[in-house]
Amino acid sequence: MRSLAVGAILAGLAAQSVCAQPLDARLPTCFACHGENGISQLPEIPSLGAQPTFYTTVQLLMFRDKLRVTEPMNEMAKGLTDAELQKAADIISKLPPPVPVSDTPAAARMEKARALSQQHRCNFCHQANYAGQENVPRLAGQREDYLLKALRGYKDNSRRGYDAQMSEVVYDLKDEDFVELAYFLARQK
Amino acid sequence: MTYSSRRQRLVLAGTVGMLLVAAWPAAAQQPAPLPPGSPLIGRPDTADAKKLAPVPAPPVAAAPDKLPVDKLKAAKGFKVEVYASGMPNARSLALGDKGTVFVGSRLLDKVYAIVDKGGKREVKVVASGLYRPNGVAFKNGTLYIAELSQISKIEGIEDKLDNPPKPTVILDGLPKDEAHGWKYLAIGPDNKLYFEIGQPCNNCLPAEGYGTMRRVNLDGSGMETIAQGIRHTVGFDWHPVSKEMYFTDNSRDWMSEDLPNDELNRMTKVGQHFGSPFCYQGDLPDQEFGWGRKCSEFTPPIALMGPHAAALGMKFYTGNSFPAKYKNQILVARHGSWNKTNKIGGDVVLVNIKKDGSAGPMEPFLTGFLENNAYVGRPVDVLVMKDGSVLVSDDWNGAVWRVSAGNGRTASR
Repeated sequence: MRSLAVGAILAGLAAQSVCAQPLDARLPTCFACHGENGISQLPEIPSLGAQPTFYTTVQLLMFRDKLRVTEPMNEMAKGLTDAELQKAADIISKLPPPVPVSDTPAAARMEKARALSQQHRCNFCHQANYAGQENVPRLAGQREDYLLKALRGYKDNSRRGYDAQMSEVVYDLKDEDFVELAYFLARQK
Repeated sequence: MTYSSRRQRLVLAGTVGMLLVAAWPAAAQQPAPLPPGSPLIGRPDTADAKKLAPVPAPPVAAAPDKLPVDKLKAAKGFKVEVYASGMPNARSLALGDKGTVFVGSRLLDKVYAIVDKGGKREVKVVASGLYRPNGVAFKNGTLYIAELSQISKIEGIEDKLDNPPKPTVILDGLPKDEAHGWKYLAIGPDNKLYFEIGQPCNNCLPAEGYGTMRRVNLDGSGMETIAQGIRHTVGFDWHPVSKEMYFTDNSRDWMSEDLPNDELNRMTKVGQHFGSPFCYQGDLPDQEFGWGRKCSEFTPPIALMGPHAAALGMKFYTGNSFPAKYKNQILVARHGSWNKTNKIGGDVVLVNIKKDGSAGPMEPFLTGFLENNAYVGRPVDVLVMKDGSVLVSDDWNGAVWRVSAGNGRTASR
């Protein structure tokens, strides 16, 4: 489903040759995948709102310069100037934070994940409310499937970080831990 | 891009005092209990401790007029100036036969060359699209580059700086682990390439082969493992007289604010084990992996380089323009700490090496990178030039500094 939806959007993107456009003209295409106001409705596509500016700027630069390879994003960031990357990051930082999953969480799962987060100091760098800081992204309320994908990517080295910090953190975490952490973080306000 | 706001926040974070261990928040959040015997019990969980996070370098170089040249201080009798700038994430240094300075990077994909044309320096990109090309070395006209999991070369590079060919891979298939996977590269007196396979974690018992110093022939053949128990070295050199290998090692994070120290090690024979992860700094058994082991099983460091200080690039001073006391002593770049409330490092220090090869006292050589507990620059590697001056790379500013004998501001602790 995700690949179909993103594929359709990308086909439109190519038709409009969005990659030759300045940032302002590209923004509607960003939100076509990442959702209105940056709140993603598509599996494995992250919500964007309230991300720290430094983190987003660096990720966009990595997409532009192909230091992080994710095809749609490499296309989307192609040719943007440093100032446009910064501007995009500023816009994103001011969008509302994503809305956490509002079901009644399974208490045992939440407790297990909270303990994992403390053991591995997720709550240090990402802060106690998981709002992130500097080069450390916001996790609170992020899509559960995207969080899981990111953690698995750090574990198998398919997700390239700016630095190696997350690879170090996931070294002694197991896949079942990722499942619990993603569940927990998607339910943080 | 401007990063001034984040730097201001770093300054603010740094002014908060040290109140660790004071308040273990037993009642704060009702966390699930950790398993009995977990080494993680008792870890600081206070607001101050939680401000600690790695300090990422900006992905762009500082503009020439924004370089903190007025803040840096060289030791008495030396002066410091900008050698070249505009090289985002400038890391390891190597010197070509014709005077070209090669500069690797870690967070970006490029290797740079600095060409000196009558005192005017030009920066060129000689390789791009690489993956964590931190290590650079040079021998007989050939530039060697160490990426995360492979080593490559460009022959005759100094004659092709404007149109260099793509690097040719001479060794691949090394582990792809990101954590401590970036490599320092140097060529020993035996004409072999030396590099390390770092530990893929903060503190763990990794699989066989990690935490080891390796060497290969210049064509990539004949790989040997010559030492183990090295968590992550990002700097080594050989004593000009004894030809023994000396190397820095970065000790583990999160044990405490003030322990363990980073290390300066000396390899006196093949096969030595330098302790990690069982014993750090020669006398401190690890809380987790030290059980059942003794520090006396391992080769201790010859000098302690400060807790979390990130002792990285190092070189013996072999030039002729510094005072005699510098001859065959080691200059070490300390990148500076992140896993410590009150940061230390962010300087280049001189480590006295005695006639018997052991280390004496350490003194400041180039300081000022750390100001009000925030970085204005971060030194990475050291290079001795033919005229006896010393270059220091700085990945925070994307610049290379030059220190030479002459009048300048005085370094301080």
